[in-house]
Amino acid sequence: MSPTASAARRPFHPPQLAPSPFPYHPGSLLSIQDLTLESLNHILTRATALTNQDPLKRDRILAKRRVALLFYESSTRTRTSFELAAKALGCDTTLVSSLSSSIEKGESLKDTGLTIRALGAEAIILRHNSSGAPWLLEECTRLPVLNAGDGMHEHPTQALLDLRTILAHVRPGVTEVNADTLAGVTVTITGDILHSRVARSNMLLLPRLGAHVLLCGPKELLPELAISEGPGVSIERDFEAALRKSRVVMMLRIQGERLAGLQLDLEEYKANYQLTGDRLRKLAPQAIVMHPGPIIRGLELTAGVADGAQSTILEQVSNGVAIRMAVVERALTAGMNGGRA
Amino acid sequence: MSTVVIRNGHLVDPGAGVDAVKDILFKDNRVVEIAAPGKLKLLNGATDVKSLDATGLIVAPGLIDIHVHLREPGQGYKETIASGTAAAAAGGFTAVAAMPNTTPVNDSAEITRWMQASERGAHVRVFPIAAATRGSKGENINDYAALKAAGAVAVTDDGHPILKDSVMRETLAAAARVGLSVIQHAEDTRLTQGASMNAGPMAFKLGLRGMSTEAESGIVERDIRLITELRDARAHLHVAHTSTAAAIAAVRQARRNGLRVTCEVAPHHFLLTDEHIGCYNTNFKMNPPLRSAADRDAMIEAILDGVVDAIATDHAPHAMHEKEVEFEKAPNGITGLETALGLCIRYLHGDLKMPLGRVLSLLSAQPAAVLGLKGRGTLAVGSCADAVIFDPKAEWIYRATEGKSKAKNTPFDGWTMQGKVRWTICEGHVVYTNPA
Repeated sequence: MSPTASAARRPFHPPQLAPSPFPYHPGSLLSIQDLTLESLNHILTRATALTNQDPLKRDRILAKRRVALLFYESSTRTRTSFELAAKALGCDTTLVSSLSSSIEKGESLKDTGLTIRALGAEAIILRHNSSGAPWLLEECTRLPVLNAGDGMHEHPTQALLDLRTILAHVRPGVTEVNADTLAGVTVTITGDILHSRVARSNMLLLPRLGAHVLLCGPKELLPELAISEGPGVSIERDFEAALRKSRVVMMLRIQGERLAGLQLDLEEYKANYQLTGDRLRKLAPQAIVMHPGPIIRGLELTAGVADGAQSTILEQVSNGVAIRMAVVERALTAGMNGGRA
Repeated sequence: MSTVVIRNGHLVDPGAGVDAVKDILFKDNRVVEIAAPGKLKLLNGATDVKSLDATGLIVAPGLIDIHVHLREPGQGYKETIASGTAAAAAGGFTAVAAMPNTTPVNDSAEITRWMQASERGAHVRVFPIAAATRGSKGENINDYAALKAAGAVAVTDDGHPILKDSVMRETLAAAARVGLSVIQHAEDTRLTQGASMNAGPMAFKLGLRGMSTEAESGIVERDIRLITELRDARAHLHVAHTSTAAAIAAVRQARRNGLRVTCEVAPHHFLLTDEHIGCYNTNFKMNPPLRSAADRDAMIEAILDGVVDAIATDHAPHAMHEKEVEFEKAPNGITGLETALGLCIRYLHGDLKMPLGRVLSLLSAQPAAVLGLKGRGTLAVGSCADAVIFDPKAEWIYRATEGKSKAKNTPFDGWTMQGKVRWTICEGHVVYTNPA
């Protein structure tokens, strides 16, 4: 008899843990999993409505409300689009970044959060290099926290803007999503899955809407246990085979800053996984090419593909502003209209 | 002269094979008589007798925790020898073995003696475990004869495992010569850089780097190979806080091969899994980390079938501000002295139907045997007057804020415990009283 089998036969009941208290605040967005289908649709609808609204009326929605951007990692797209989104709604924004603040002097995340709250911030947008940091910040401040990327964990607004981009091309005209909206659509995510918060958030979101997510990459960057993330996710190591099935091809950057000593043969990587014009033309002529940025031209994809007709890379960036307007609005108005919108 | 009489208690002394209602007489630090209720003969004429009515209660040898961190010298803001041993007394422990990862590291006879000095205000007996190598740097082994003479009961570089084969071989040999045990925190730290939890699906999900089970079992297997090659019957390897099925399997095989290899398991490793980390709760972060359900089940099985020699808590207090940080930045460790008995009775005895005597043996007689603590872990006549008296039926809710430890970093806050300590007696003195 195996040890596990006989141990399992006996009744053994350590307490179930209480349901997670997170998010404490109905306006928070910590994980893409926190969103019900209803709140997901609310965000998508508001993103479109706010984008189409007269800018001179839009900036009265959250006039003079205070939003802080707390960034422990460098960022171009996420930081700027969050800032533009908040300002488009009339918010005052302030940026606290780790390199130009008392964080350099050793101030903790808790104390930084409490300081920002004391300065009048009503919501904090956090980018942090440690997975899970948004949970800590929310627990300490009890303010709505928007996760703008935490370590290797999640990047929920990226998944939302990716969804908006995918819908525009794959399901044009669809304004409301459900469990079947993306049925039959295969999305291949290729590259450094292990270190990617973008991959994790998309792997959690897209299958909920019926999409099939194929993960592609070498073992060092894509461990087998990645598929344990949830249903609707599988691994295809052969990039060309994956391309043949894909309606959406999402390429990821190799995150040199998180490789932690991992040695990678880049020439071999390019030979196996680089998205070239040739591969795209032959294997996935109908697919859209996505990338969360920053892109490294000539590594995960060629310059021709990045600039090509199938690329939606800059459209994703624009959609970032739309989505972030909606989540900032939700952060500052949730609770006012009776709970999580 | 102090005299204590415990009347009408149900004595469970697995070491002496006693399981019956008895009266017990302590004089100074010795058990002098055990008799049927009302039949004590040697009490005649004694004055100033402290009499405890243990009717309906269990009387057992004082519990012994062979793996605690008392943080002194140098880290008194986390815990002191006084506060840590107060927590021990509240948990029913009468002796604790204190790890050397203090500031400075306890690698000298001087610090070993300092820890045992009466000025420390210890509530229970403290047995220092000294560093195996100078500064626990894994290079130069310490003077074990001098450390033993100063009171050290074992050597270890806990938290900084000895990786070099040559140094570990020398450590095992030198400790064997003076009759000290070698305790190893089994972790190949070359494989666990930057990791803050168990490797596996949960680590992937949480975006945290994981420690593989091989990082633990690889060192256990290496150490067993070294002790096999040593061919010295006095050599003793004790594997600290075993957490993986593979490490347990290695210990099991070593024992079959007749080697003196022992191991301990901590309550959190037979109760919790890595899924309990939830939303990055740093009170579930320790090293070795919480493992998979399969590993957790292997700990239970090993406890039930007798491979495990001791339950040890790895009591590792930290200040609140140290744990209130990003998960990856938080220090490893949780407290354990005040929850061990309540968890073991509730889950090992209650759920798993392990006889109470065997549970208590894992918390007293067997850990005493692991470290060769003479006269401890039993209440046979002539032994130390160390006892715990508890109500085995009483359920209570553990509240960290009400604990004696300075630290509150526990995953068990709010858990229902079974078995309430009423008195703890250490070396003939009542060191903890909890009115019913």
